[in-house]
Order: sequence, then structure tokens, then C-alpha cells
Amino acid sequence: MTTLNALAAISIAYVFFLFAVAFVADRAAQRGRGKWLRSPIVYTLSLSIYCTGWTFYGAVGSAARDGLEYLTIYLGPSLVLIGWWWGLHKLVRVGRAQRATSIADLISSRYGKSTALGIGVTLLAVIGTTPYIALQLQSVTLSVSVFAPPDATSSGELTAFWVAVGLAAFTVIFGTRNLDSNERHHGVVMAIAVEAVVKLAALVTVGAFVVWGLSGGVVETMARIDASDLGRWEVDGARWAGVTLLAAAAFLCLPRMFQVMVVENDNDEQLRTAAWAFPLYLMAMSLFIVPIAVVGLEFLPEGSNPDLFVLTVPLAYGQEELAVFSFLGGFSSATSMVIVAAIALSTMVSNHIVMPIWLRLRTGSASVSGDVRHVVLLSRRLSIAGVVSLGYLYYQFSGGGAALSVFGLVSFAGVSQVLPAMLGGLFWRGATRSGAIASIGVGFAIWLYTLYLPSFGEGRVFSDSFLQDGPFGIDWLRPQALFGAEGLDPLIHSVFWSLSLNTLVFFAVSLISFPSPLERLQGAQFVTADGGSAGGTGSWAGGRAQAEDLMVMAQRILGAPEARALFRREAMRQGSSEMLPVPSPDFLETLERELSGSVGAATAHAMIGQIVGGTSVSVEDLMAVADETAQIMEYSAELEAKQAELTRTAHELRRANEKLTRLSVQKDAFLSQISHELRTPMTSIRAFSEILRDSAEMAPEDKSRYSSIIHDEAVRLTRLLDDLLDLSVLENGQVSLNLREGTLDTLMDRAISAAAADEAGTRMTIRRNRDREDIALHTDLDRLSQVFINLIANARKYCDADAPVLDIVVTRENGFLHVDFIDNGSGIGPEAQDVIFEKFARVSDREAGGAGLGLAISRQIMARLGGTISYLPDHDGAAFRVSLPEAQAVAAQ
Amino acid sequence: MAGNVLVIEDEPNIIEAISFVLKRAGWNVETHSTGSTAAEAVRAKAPDVLILDVMLPGRSGYDILRELREDPSTSNLPVLMLTARGQTRDRELAEKAGVNRYMTKPFSNAEMLEAVRELSNA
Repeated sequence: MTTLNALAAISIAYVFFLFAVAFVADRAAQRGRGKWLRSPIVYTLSLSIYCTGWTFYGAVGSAARDGLEYLTIYLGPSLVLIGWWWGLHKLVRVGRAQRATSIADLISSRYGKSTALGIGVTLLAVIGTTPYIALQLQSVTLSVSVFAPPDATSSGELTAFWVAVGLAAFTVIFGTRNLDSNERHHGVVMAIAVEAVVKLAALVTVGAFVVWGLSGGVVETMARIDASDLGRWEVDGARWAGVTLLAAAAFLCLPRMFQVMVVENDNDEQLRTAAWAFPLYLMAMSLFIVPIAVVGLEFLPEGSNPDLFVLTVPLAYGQEELAVFSFLGGFSSATSMVIVAAIALSTMVSNHIVMPIWLRLRTGSASVSGDVRHVVLLSRRLSIAGVVSLGYLYYQFSGGGAALSVFGLVSFAGVSQVLPAMLGGLFWRGATRSGAIASIGVGFAIWLYTLYLPSFGEGRVFSDSFLQDGPFGIDWLRPQALFGAEGLDPLIHSVFWSLSLNTLVFFAVSLISFPSPLERLQGAQFVTADGGSAGGTGSWAGGRAQAEDLMVMAQRILGAPEARALFRREAMRQGSSEMLPVPSPDFLETLERELSGSVGAATAHAMIGQIVGGTSVSVEDLMAVADETAQIMEYSAELEAKQAELTRTAHELRRANEKLTRLSVQKDAFLSQISHELRTPMTSIRAFSEILRDSAEMAPEDKSRYSSIIHDEAVRLTRLLDDLLDLSVLENGQVSLNLREGTLDTLMDRAISAAAADEAGTRMTIRRNRDREDIALHTDLDRLSQVFINLIANARKYCDADAPVLDIVVTRENGFLHVDFIDNGSGIGPEAQDVIFEKFARVSDREAGGAGLGLAISRQIMARLGGTISYLPDHDGAAFRVSLPEAQAVAAQ
Repeated sequence: MAGNVLVIEDEPNIIEAISFVLKRAGWNVETHSTGSTAAEAVRAKAPDVLILDVMLPGRSGYDILRELREDPSTSNLPVLMLTARGQTRDRELAEKAGVNRYMTKPFSNAEMLEAVRELSNA
């Protein structure tokens, strides 16, 4: 009797052997001598992790209980490999091209690097796989118990614990050795390939022993099978079809299958071999299932567990070595599944949950690459430990009961929920992220409700009444009879509803939602990746469609006329009369060159690649596109700034030009005015001097009168010239003030007499309050006097009252000294008030001999003195106010 | 040969000088010094020759001339225009308005007299 200790020793020795295999393979791979590691046979054998401990032991049990249904589990994958090879080929190629690290990564990547999808698929995978790991622990524990003496206390929990620890250690050591972009684990793959051989050999050996050693040959065995109940099992068509479909879906969607089939895939040759070799392997695995089951049922006592026939049959007939070998086969099945599942899940958990959280927490602090690498490794290792621990805890929680055995198919149904999103993403460009999220969400929820939770058994999660009558008695929501679909097998019921609604939602939501640009890009990458239409059906039609796509793109970038001209030119160069050229490499190169002139080389390359397919857009390509875009944006920002500056300059120039034009017009008007003002007195002077010259006899009074006109006009001319020069000096600011002390009253006295002398003969009463004029001044007395004279003279000239009166009023207010000159005439009209201070602004119809420069000069003078001169509109007559800052008045006091 | 000359001018001294020269040569001279009423004065007095200043209070000589040219009774009236503005543009404006002679101030008395004589004979 093999003792438990011996069994433990053998197991440990076997594990060390696996360690050695993995180690050697890893070393070889590192040294670049691992060509044999990439052989198609190793790849095919690694796929055998599909056959877990559950299949190894459970297939016989299943056959003993349900007949040939166990075959469906093998049928599904075989159908996929043989009948749907091109689809699988595409999946593997896309996964390889995208450097997908897990199925969650692939789906997230397809739908625009969606974080939500990555997390969703990861959670689904963990929830679906954890019980499966527990199932493996159970199978090992169960198989160990077979060797225990009947009276020994069960040490199952301890066994499960140590197996879990050992597996976690193995996985950490060989599953996280490298972080290569391709994420291949040569050591692990090699080890599971060896395990694949061991489990097949074990099963075949037991089978051979049963057929030839016990049953007595093939013919006898066939007779026994015919005689047993097994041959007469009714085949439930729906369940068969359902389970086959489920197995096929799971084969594609199980995280561990994706790991070995896609992630660890190196070349197409591997897949091509696996397409025929793996079905053969599965056939060999299933070959002796029925004989073992029939012989076990017949030869062993009633009530023996058929799940353990592969161990108990040899043991019952004293074949201990065979039993141990068989045990190692089951052990291999269980451990390889746990190892690969742990690697796959830990990659997903680490990449989609742990790392994003860590990166978010770390935002701000600069992370060097080495730092990140260290964190990634740590996160992977912790994730592996976490995944295996979860499996162990689940095993403990479920009590290792019979409930576990159903969990294989439940798990299949769970992970199959990602199938519509995955296949849709591969073959349909219209698939969107929203569609995928909704699809997986709906499928996951229905699976949880109709299969996962009920699978714990009645009363554990859902109560009996809940299952019988539905939640709150709502009949059509019964978990196992959704929408009134009664009488179905619970598994088929769940698979039907979850997958059909899942698919429906996927298409519906995809059709009504719009993909983001990144999704479009990724979608095109996935869908147009070659491998699909390897047969090359209708390359001309495809080429034409491509040429049209290229045309549309080129039009957008180059502009419609240029793009049409380019395509026509290229078509003619190809000797075609068509509008569109054949997308030959030559043409594509030309087009890429043309496009890169507009959008940059990387973008052009990516865009053409996107349409033509074949080339993949790598992260580097995208980075280059981003760089170019950034440069273009920077450049256009610069251009914009320059443009704004130019606009500003142009605006300033225009304003300067307008000002110059205005000044030029003003200058012309001014010159014209001066000409008029000078020519008018000169006309009189010339006319009268000619009269005097030509008239010999003339009355003496005429003669003297004409002479005085000539004299007066000459004086007027001189004054005009004086005023012009004065104004010119004042306007140019060249005047220097002659500041002196004086008093306002004496200044006013002088001004009044000067104005009177100037315009002799006019009568005007001037009213003053001399007391108020007793103010000391410190200012340019002559200039201020000039302003006063001008105002008094204007009043004398223009006041049209019968008895002209001029009031001179002095007030002091707000730091200013005001001197107002108010006459009793008709005043100045409102529109004229605005222009009286301009040069030559004579408003009166009456000719009064002035050149119209007086007020303009006065304004200039007052500005120089720091004061103002203004018109007071609220008086009946003309009213001017001269204001002087008090400082010039007070300073003198 | 004596005829009637109407002088429209706002500078009293210039009116006096022109009147003196023309009267001495035997012309009857009438004067008017406001632009706004000038056209009526021309129609009322129906002179043989009109001497017209450009810069008049109330209305410019060009405006007055244009009105006269549109009126059949004065459309052929010989007009001598006097201006203190000597720029080319002013001459063009005057010719466009339909002036017969154009002289820039200051002018020679003899030339002015000669011009009036020629205009009256034409």
C-alpha cells in the first residue's frame, strides 16, 4: 500500500522535475537556443490545459452517470479548430499583432483602450475561474484521499492548502520571470507540455490495463459496453448542442486558453499543426473513458465514486504503480490548469486593476521605468497569490462538496459572455465600446442570476421559494425559468438567455452608439487584419473598395480637385482608363508621400495602413502621430500669434494712414484758407495802388482815402502773418513762457485799452468789478493779456446789440480763477460753438476783418499756461470763460 | 458801348476798387454782397456782365453760377469769376459750373476791365 508520505514524496519529486523542466526551458530561451520550445508540438500540448483535473477524473464519472455527453466537451474545441480555423487564425494573429497580454487586454484594446471593459472582463474572469481553481484543489485532495487508509482522518484541507501554496510558488517563480512585451513564458509552457504528455499517458495506460488487463480484450470490452446501461442512454439533442456550443465558446474565451493559444503563440505554423493535432489529442483522451466507466461500474462495488475510477480500478486490482501514475496524470491536469489560470488572471488583475490604481495614486511623482517594472512584477506576484488564495478560500467555503463538480460548465457559461464582444470586435467594424460594455454587462448579470447563484444549491443563496416562485412572487423572473421558459435544463436555459440577450444587446447598442476616433482606428485594425480572407476572394473588388476609401481620405487631406487629379494621373500611369488606380505598392508609396506633405509621415503611414490593412499601427506610430500633431499645433499657434501681430500692425498702419490723410486734408484746407486770407487784402492793395498810379487827376479826398485803405490792408496782412507765426510757434510747443508778477486789474486795464485802440470807433460799454480783480498773478502776463484783448476785440466786433455791453466777471472756484467775458449780443449758435476755437472758423456773416485765428491762438495760449478757454452756452449773448489754475494766482500773494 | 455790370463781392474795399475802375471806363455798376440772395439780384438787375466772387457769405460762387446756368434767362449771361483761391481744383470747379472767364486775386485792373469788355462783346 502506497503510503501518503510516499505519495507526497512522489508528488514533490514530480513537482521538482517540473521545476527543472521549466528552468531548463527558460534558460534555453534566454540564451536564444529555444527553437524547439517554439515547436508546434509543444504549442499543441500546451493547449491541453483545456483538459483539467475535472476532465481527467470527471469525464469517467460523467460517462458513468450521463453517458456520452462528456464527448461534447471535447467536440466543441475540435469543431472550432477544424471547422473554424480561419476565425481562430485571425484571433491569434490580431492578438499577436496587438501584443495582447490577456483576453481583457484584447477586448479593452479593441474598444478604444477602454478601462471599464478591461476591469469588467477581468472581474468576470476572476469570478468565473475562482471556483474552477477550487475544483482542481478538490480533485487533488480527493485523489489523495483514495490512497489514505480507510480509518485515517481526512487530511484533505491540509493537502489542498499545501497544493495551493506549492502552485502559487511555482507560478510566481516561472510566471513572472520576465515582462517581455510578448509576455511569453517558455518555462511554464514547456512544463505544461510535459504534464500534457503525462496525463495522456496515464489515462491511456489505465485504459489499456482496463481493456486488456481486466476486460480481456477489445471485443469483450465492446460486448460489456453494449450490455451496460451506457449504450442505452437517451441523447438530449438540445443539451448536446448547447454544451458543444458552450465548450467551443469557452475554448475561445477561457482566460487560460487565451493565454496558451494567443499570448504564447509564436507563429502561424504552431496553429496550423494544432488544428489537426489537438483534436487528435482530445480523441486519445476520450478513447478509454467509456471502457473505464463500464468496467468500473461492473467490477467495483455498488456506490463507488465513478469520478475516481481511474484511481480506484487499478488500486482494486493491486496495480499500485499504475494508480500512482494515474494520480500523477490527474495531478498534472489540475496543476497545469491552476498555473496557467493564475498567470492569465494575475496579468489581467495586475494590468487592469492594480496598475491603474497604483498609477492614479502615484500621479504627480515622476516614475522611472525601472521603478514601474519593479511594481509591475510585485503586482503580478501578489495577484497570483491572490488568485490562488481565492481558489483555496472558495474550496474551503464550498466545503469541497459535490456542488463543485457542476462548476466546470457553469464556469464555461460565465466566460463565454465575452464571446459576442470579442467576435464582434474582430469581424464587425460597427461594434462599439458601448455595445461591448452593455453586451458583457447583460450577459454577466443573466448568467449570475440564472446559473451562478443558483448553482450553490437550493437555500444557499436563493431560497427555495425564490427559485420556485420568482422574486416577490414574480413568476416570469424565476431564475431557472426566465420569461416563462420552463422545462429547460438549467444550464441550457441560462446559456440560451444570457448569450442570446447578450448578442442582441451588443448589436442594438453598437448600432445606436458612435465610436470614438481611437475605437474607429482600433476597429479598423482588428477587422481589416489579414488572415480572414486568406483565400483572396475578389481582390479586384477589394482593391476597388480600398481605392475608393483612399480617395475619400485623400480628398479630405489634399482637397477634392488635387486628390482627383492625383488619382487620375496615377491611374493613367498604370495604363488604366478608370478614375481610380489599383492600390499597388507603387501607388501607395506615391500617395503616402503626397499625404505626408500635408499631415506628416507618421500620420500618412498610419492612415494608409488603416485603410489598406496589413500593416499594424503600433504604439510608436501613434506616438509619432501625436508628436506631429503637437508640432503642427505649436506651429499653427505661432502662425496665429504672428497673424494677430500682423493684424495689429496693419490696423495701426491703417489708423496712421487715416490720420495722415486727415492731416493732409486739413493742411490743404488750411493752405487754401491762408491763400484766401492773404490774397484778399492784397487784392485791395493792388487794385487801389493801380488806381492811384493810373489816375492822373483825382480828388485829393479820394486819393487820401485810397491810400489809407492800402495802409489798413497792409496792416491787416501783417497782423495775419503775425498770427500765423504765433500759432505755428504755439502749436509746435516752441514757445517759452515769460513768467512775471502782476495783478489782474492792471492787466485788464491794459487789455481793454489795447482792444479799444485796435478797433477805434466802436462804442461798447464795459462793466467790471475792480475789487474782485485785485488778484496777484504769477504767469506770462503778455500771453494772458493777448487772450483778453482777443476776447474784448471779438466782443466789440461781433456784438450785434444796439447798445453793446460787455460784462467782465471774476470768480474763484475749485482751485481755479475764472474770468468771464459776457456780451449782450445774440451769441453764437450751438453748432458753431463746437468750431469757434478752430483755425479760420469765422461764423458770422459779417465781415469784421479778422483772419479767424484769434480764438485758436487763445486756446493754444491757455493750454500753455495750464488753463482753459471755453464757451459758456447758457447765456443770451456770447460768453467766454478763461480759467487759470489758482496756483498761478495764489503763488503771487 | 456802356453796359451794366453787376459785382457780387463781400469785401467792401474790393467792391469799391472794382466799381471805381469800371465806372471810370463808362460802365454802370451795381453791387451785391450776400451769397444767399445773389441769384435773385442777378435776375432782377439783368446785367450785361456779372462779376462773381467765389467765397461769399451764405453761398459759394460755384453754387450761384450753377443755378444761373440752369435758368434759361441767365444761362447765356457772361460771367467773370474772381477767386482768392488759386488752386487748379478751384479753376476746374469753376469751368464745370459754366464760367466764361476766371481770374485769380489779386488781379490787374486793366486785365479785369479788358475781360469785362470782351465778355460784353461776345
